[in-house]
Amino acid sequence: MTKNDFWEGVRGGFPIMLAASPFGALFGALAVDNGFTIADAVFMSATVYAGASQMVGIELFGNHVQPWLVVLSVFAVNFRHVLYSASIAKYVRHFTFGQKFLAFFLLVDPQYAETEKRGERGLPITFAWYLGFGLVIYIPWIINTLVGAIFGQMIGDPKAIGLDVLLPVYFMGLVMGFRKRDRFLPIVTVSGLASVAGMHFVGSPWHVSIGALAGILLAACLPPTNQAPAPTGVQKEA
Amino acid sequence: MDPQHLNLIYLIIAAAAATFLTRVGGYILITQMKQIPPRLEAALNAVPAAVLTTLVAPAFVYGGLDVTIAMFVAFAVALGLNLSTLRMLVIGWVVVMVIRHVVM
Repeated sequence: MTKNDFWEGVRGGFPIMLAASPFGALFGALAVDNGFTIADAVFMSATVYAGASQMVGIELFGNHVQPWLVVLSVFAVNFRHVLYSASIAKYVRHFTFGQKFLAFFLLVDPQYAETEKRGERGLPITFAWYLGFGLVIYIPWIINTLVGAIFGQMIGDPKAIGLDVLLPVYFMGLVMGFRKRDRFLPIVTVSGLASVAGMHFVGSPWHVSIGALAGILLAACLPPTNQAPAPTGVQKEA
Repeated sequence: MDPQHLNLIYLIIAAAAATFLTRVGGYILITQMKQIPPRLEAALNAVPAAVLTTLVAPAFVYGGLDVTIAMFVAFAVALGLNLSTLRMLVIGWVVVMVIRHVVM
């Protein structure tokens, strides 16, 4: 039974592993291009295990941004995981402490989405299923990072093979992934303008915090909308 | 290990700890807190788009004409055809390679 659950998880995670593989290799190559050794790149994939934030981390590190700002940015990019772990709390309550620890470590976007989907359908979220699904993504992620890092170290000029365009386009894709959220356009516009202004008037590392802060402050200051995902009960009663 | 490389290791460990904190934090918060204030929720909701945009906009403006064109084409095609990030990456890469090796 437990063994079956594990393999069902492995089968479920397999397509996601395939889709994530190019990004693992891309991270490895770009990490080396930004001054990481092969071992550093693999170490980061194995410990942080969060694709987009790893890319953000190496990009900022390559630009000699202050360490606290790099960590803060990684934290900010991964902040959505707070919502994930809150949301799946009801499904993993029966895990032991050690199982929870491992489960939260492996909680990447597809892991969250699949757990939520499975729970909604009324299927049991066993630790065996969760682990099978998680490991078939986690282990290849590390191996692909290694492959990409080795490949990246063999490349002479990253511009000649177009590596430098990949990160901005990748981040652009990530931004577009949030386009259904409230106030998306004003936030992106303000953050974009503020970051360009920050780059121009202050300098490279600071444009990240200036731009991010501008967008976040705007979102906090704008009046709440009706279509907000979790409308405030207070207003409805008033 | 030289100190600068050691700093990188510490940085990675700190980034890993920060990430783990987000992944376990929601579970801890939900068992403590009843409700998140709406403005805080709006601010948190804006974090990914606001942070990621700051990594896109300067490259678009200062990355050079070839990068700007590649980003614009990738954005327009991906938005128009509702393509995945991976396909968008391929389009951007092809455009910049064509500009660099064929046009120029």
